[in-house]
Amino acid sequence: MRLSTIGYCLQQGFKNIWRNKLFSLASMATMAACIFMFGIFFCIVENFQHIVKEVEEGVAITVFFDQDTSESEIQEVAEEISIRDEVRQVVIVSADEAWKFYQTVYFKEAPELAEGFKEDNPLANSANLEIYMTDVAVQQDLVDYIESMDHIRKINRSDVLADMLTGFNRLVSYVSVAIIGLLLAVSVFLISNTVAIGISVRKEEIAIMRLIGAKNSFIKAPFLIEGAVIGVIGSAIPLGILYYLYNRMILYVAVKFGMLTEILKFLQVNELFRTLLPIGMALGIGIGFFGSVFTAQRHLKV
Amino acid sequence: MIVLENVVKSYPNGVGAINGISLNIKRGEFVFIVGDSGSGKSTLIKLLLKELEPTEGRIRVNGVNLARMRKRAIPKYRRKIGCVFQDFRLLKDRNVYENVAFAQRVIVTPTKEIKKNVPAMLSLVGLAEKYKSYPRQLSGGEQQRVALARALVNSPDILLADEPTGNLDPKTSREIMKLLEEINARGTTVLVVTHDQDIVNTLKRRVIRLQKGIIVGDERESGYIG
Repeated sequence: MRLSTIGYCLQQGFKNIWRNKLFSLASMATMAACIFMFGIFFCIVENFQHIVKEVEEGVAITVFFDQDTSESEIQEVAEEISIRDEVRQVVIVSADEAWKFYQTVYFKEAPELAEGFKEDNPLANSANLEIYMTDVAVQQDLVDYIESMDHIRKINRSDVLADMLTGFNRLVSYVSVAIIGLLLAVSVFLISNTVAIGISVRKEEIAIMRLIGAKNSFIKAPFLIEGAVIGVIGSAIPLGILYYLYNRMILYVAVKFGMLTEILKFLQVNELFRTLLPIGMALGIGIGFFGSVFTAQRHLKV
Repeated sequence: MIVLENVVKSYPNGVGAINGISLNIKRGEFVFIVGDSGSGKSTLIKLLLKELEPTEGRIRVNGVNLARMRKRAIPKYRRKIGCVFQDFRLLKDRNVYENVAFAQRVIVTPTKEIKKNVPAMLSLVGLAEKYKSYPRQLSGGEQQRVALARALVNSPDILLADEPTGNLDPKTSREIMKLLEEINARGTTVLVVTHDQDIVNTLKRRVIRLQKGIIVGDERESGYIG
């Protein structure tokens, strides 16, 4: 296609929007509402996943060993576990370290009581491994694997927290996908209607184009551009608003609910928009473009 | 150039618009197609433009069998056929220049050539001065001239004119027909569908008479028998 033809089609695409102002505005507004809702759900899901991940990183499996298991045997088990994909970190806690930790927690107020044990470590058989995972959803698999290893006496794990986090995360994702899917379907429907009206308004022009010998692609191009432009505007506006509002919300929570920031570690706006911006724009342009492709295909048969 | 062999066109409701037409129109001919309303004139034009498919028979244009033409090839085929209609079919939101240039843009002609071809065509139809005017600012005759310029700017082999003088007064009609004769003299095959008895009688060209979808007369240098 020649540059002048591309320019002509672009010009006609913008003219379509202008001629069809009301419907174009309605489509942009609906698209904006959908992308805005999508953005909100995206922010919630991303932040929730971020918070879950933070919590997950703190959830550990503790593995205790049989009596008389040597340090080198513990080391071997630790190495074997650490090479697994779902394992992020393995920390070896020796019997001495376990006793020191116990003292700091339970004999903080009366250290003289701990003196009574002198060199005799009451937790001599409590050398253990703290295993941190990349994904708590596969905790059971890892536990099964560790149980099958030699020298293992006991495994402590936090099933309830892991299950709850995984389940809630899944629920939020499913609900978001369903709502977003519904909103996108509404957007496609509206864009399709706008383009269909544009086609009926330009019926005469299209008929003349056909008689003169215009190719189908030449006839369709302005409508595809119209859809894509509606998509660009309809997604850029809500994303801009979301950027502003998200920043304000983080600041507001930090100021008004300072103590919550320890638990609710929100993603920074730039970190969030690194993903949301391309997805939101691609979604808007994609819906606009493909919405008009399908409509043009249906209404502009040769 | 245009060959029809036993062409039949029936619509889905069973009505037969063309009931077995065979004709041969040579390159460079000027032909009138006359007949009452419902005689099949407009259907014939639509068949030649490949807007409709014949129910039976064969149509060949420039040696090409239209039945075998692929959908993709239709736009290219139509570029070789210019059309003018009774209602002009101009784009009301574009001026004279843009209406004519539109035909060239549609077939992806370089802008440089459009700038050369459009004024030349407007001069031919006598509207060079009015290139900035919009259709609503022109008389019926002037609008038909613009439509002619648009039909001719892509140098078609055939010009199909469906009642080109239907909305014009006798004087303007004669001017338009004079233009069509000039175009024909340049080598373009011209087919004019008309009701206008005076014009047919004045021009003394080949006349094909249709009635209820069949040819009832095909005479050279004939007049109109109403």
